[in-house]
Amino acid sequence: MSIIFILIPLGLVLVGFAIWAFFWAVGDGQFDDLESPGWSVVSDESPDPGATPRPDSTRPS
Amino acid sequence: MTSAGRCFHCQEPIPAGTTFCAKVAREEQPVCCLGCLAAAEMISDAGLADFYRFRTAGAPKPESGADDVWSTYDRSEVFTPLLGREGPLSVVNLLIEDTRCAACSWLIAERLKRLPGVDRANTNPATHRAQVAFDHTRVGLATILRAVAALGYRPHVLGASDTLEIATRERRGALKRLAVAGFGMMQVMMIATGLYVGAREGMDPIIKEYLRIICLVVTAPVLVYSGRPFFQGAIASLRSRHLGMDVPVAIGLSLAFVASSWNTLVHRGDVYFDSVTMFVFLLLLGRYVEMGARHRAGSTAEALLRLVPATALRIQADRRERVPVASLQAGDHVMVPAGECFPADGCIVDGRTEVDEALLTGESLPVGKARHDTVAAGSLNVGAPVVVALSAVGQSTVLAGIVRLLERAQTERPRIARLADRAATWFVTRVLLGAVIVALIWLWLDPSRAFEATLSVLVVTCPCALSLATPTVVTAATAALAREGLLVTRADALEALAQVDQVVFDKTGTLTLGKPTIEQVSVLRGSAEQAMALAAALERGSEHPLAHAFDAVASTVKASDLAVHPGAGIEGYVDGQRWRIGTAEFVAECSGPRPAALPEAPVYLGDADGWFAAFEIGDTLRPEAAQTVRALQERGLTPHIASGDYATAVDKVASQLGIRNAHSRLLPAQKLALVQNLAKNGHHVLAVGDGINDAPTLGAAAVSVALGTGSALAQASADLVALRGNLATLPLAIDTARRATRVIRQNLVWATAYNLVALPVAALGWVPPWLAAIGMSGSSLLVVINALRLTRVKRASHGVPNLTSALASAT
Repeated sequence: MSIIFILIPLGLVLVGFAIWAFFWAVGDGQFDDLESPGWSVVSDESPDPGATPRPDSTRPS
Repeated sequence: MTSAGRCFHCQEPIPAGTTFCAKVAREEQPVCCLGCLAAAEMISDAGLADFYRFRTAGAPKPESGADDVWSTYDRSEVFTPLLGREGPLSVVNLLIEDTRCAACSWLIAERLKRLPGVDRANTNPATHRAQVAFDHTRVGLATILRAVAALGYRPHVLGASDTLEIATRERRGALKRLAVAGFGMMQVMMIATGLYVGAREGMDPIIKEYLRIICLVVTAPVLVYSGRPFFQGAIASLRSRHLGMDVPVAIGLSLAFVASSWNTLVHRGDVYFDSVTMFVFLLLLGRYVEMGARHRAGSTAEALLRLVPATALRIQADRRERVPVASLQAGDHVMVPAGECFPADGCIVDGRTEVDEALLTGESLPVGKARHDTVAAGSLNVGAPVVVALSAVGQSTVLAGIVRLLERAQTERPRIARLADRAATWFVTRVLLGAVIVALIWLWLDPSRAFEATLSVLVVTCPCALSLATPTVVTAATAALAREGLLVTRADALEALAQVDQVVFDKTGTLTLGKPTIEQVSVLRGSAEQAMALAAALERGSEHPLAHAFDAVASTVKASDLAVHPGAGIEGYVDGQRWRIGTAEFVAECSGPRPAALPEAPVYLGDADGWFAAFEIGDTLRPEAAQTVRALQERGLTPHIASGDYATAVDKVASQLGIRNAHSRLLPAQKLALVQNLAKNGHHVLAVGDGINDAPTLGAAAVSVALGTGSALAQASADLVALRGNLATLPLAIDTARRATRVIRQNLVWATAYNLVALPVAALGWVPPWLAAIGMSGSSLLVVINALRLTRVKRASHGVPNLTSALASAT
């Protein structure tokens, strides 16, 4: 059982890292807008939108 | 997504005889007007035609040929106070009206990013806000606003207001605290499980001490960092000599933490770190959701404020000058052109016009105003230019008063939550007293068990189940309704909604779509087609709501010398003959007394030879209206119609929907009286309006719903906003509210019963503290789980075919 003397502090370090990463993400504004960035994906790859028409079924209704 | 006969850009029907075609992505697409044509081709030319593929709602119709009102934003005294600085860049916050879906936001951001000089453009579809960072030496504020307006959206400059920054900072801080509490809770729970099992199965004392120290190490930052708002709140409420909810929370948290830490250090007794972290996390979660609702409500107040224009035309010594509204003073004379809002309260000194005062009176049709009549800031001048002597500016206007009222209403907490708070406070003072008495008795009987028994009493009776009972339910129900497109803006709304037994509907725009259509044409001479063509030609000159009924009519004749008479009608010449269209009185001036053969109607047509035709203007019912009314009746609610419209039109809608109580030709004050009378007779009234409608009626009812497709004005005075403008969410809301009230009652009964049973048992020393902690956590958990049942909304109950649920059930 003495392994827990290493594993639990190790786990706490990982948690500390996770909290640090989350703080960084919040400070970076990544949680300020949860909707529009998803739409930016569709814009970047097709400079000529007429070139690749998609079937109707893929459109959001 | 386009359907035949609908405009490719704005999705509205294309008027007959219109042949505009926009070239979008190398394909010809039909559009309804020049404005849409320009917008569609601009979007395509900018390589943004993806918008048409991903949007979920029609685009707003751009105003073609509107005066360039934006150029004033290129004057330094106007834009300087509006811009923030970010290094070498200028930053401006915009509120963009008419953004209907995420694709709209995307379109705006992409369009702005392509302007030379614009560095960054962020748009947020949820808040309708955009933040643009740009190089002011290369691109002016006016150019940015013009680009947004050209797409058909209406930008409003929010200015360098701090509220946005404050809200962002508050939200970020709350998220971080929530994360620390959440992570901490998971760790402590995990280790505590080990401790609980160890207590039963036996555990090496060294490992036990070690695990307890780990718990202490993890709980300390949770308490200090995440729990800070509770301690701050407790100190603040103690300073103001008032026992708020934060006081028992802070006392409970610190007692449990200090006792646990002490026990850890002296190697005896029990620890309650798991309870501490869980309590902090659950309370923070509730507050986070509450904060989200508050921020969203705050934007309505801002929506009202933006009604005041940024600049005004001041007349000084016969010289006209555009000045920022902030520099206006009472006594100034300003010129307000047609189509602009009044910048401040005042009195007309020159000219006569029509004013849209939906903001104050709720009347959607314009009101005639002449010399010496007063006008209010934010109301819209729809008739002719007038000169106004200002009486009140800035914070002393009626509009500013409304905004203040709103803000005050939004800061209040639900009555039932306040009640629970008061009960919890009352309860806590008793518990603290009881704990002291128990401690004293045990010290006298058996000092060795005094600490344990006292602690058990404190922990077992922790009021958290009691104080969680209401907020968790309100939060769960609010979230469930928000997913269905119904936004609860006032905290009391759910409780009131559960009790309603009368519904007062407005007609135009609420039960109907609010788009006037010609229902019947009665002619005295000539043909109906002739009458329509003449009417359409004459009405081209008017922006009056009724005139839009003729928009779809192809006009084969041309009218000249059109003169708009505000509040009466239009006069014009067709083939040299003078024609009048408008109210009965107006036409009678030209055509003589009205012949009895013509029925009563809102619009008449006539020339010097006599009366020609009468037009009955109607309005199509919303597709879900009948179903909604039936569903409400099934739930025991009595529907009413209160409308300012003609009796025939109202009765028709009433009979179509099976509503027996229809009131027509009501003035706003009479509608108000109707609602107040119902309330006086002991009824709980729900008022439903479309927004451009009666703010007073919505305000007077016990609870009110505004349709989100209407204006921001009445959304601000309503308790709930149906974001998608769908009436079918109403029965659903009532179901949810009724269930929520039931669950709150269950929770309160359970929490009280638990405490009543646990307290004496703990006082007798029969409950070891660890069992007390489990009991407390268990009772809170039960309350939360009970509340979470509400997040499952029974979709089937509103019965409207819903694509996603239909697909889900098909698979």
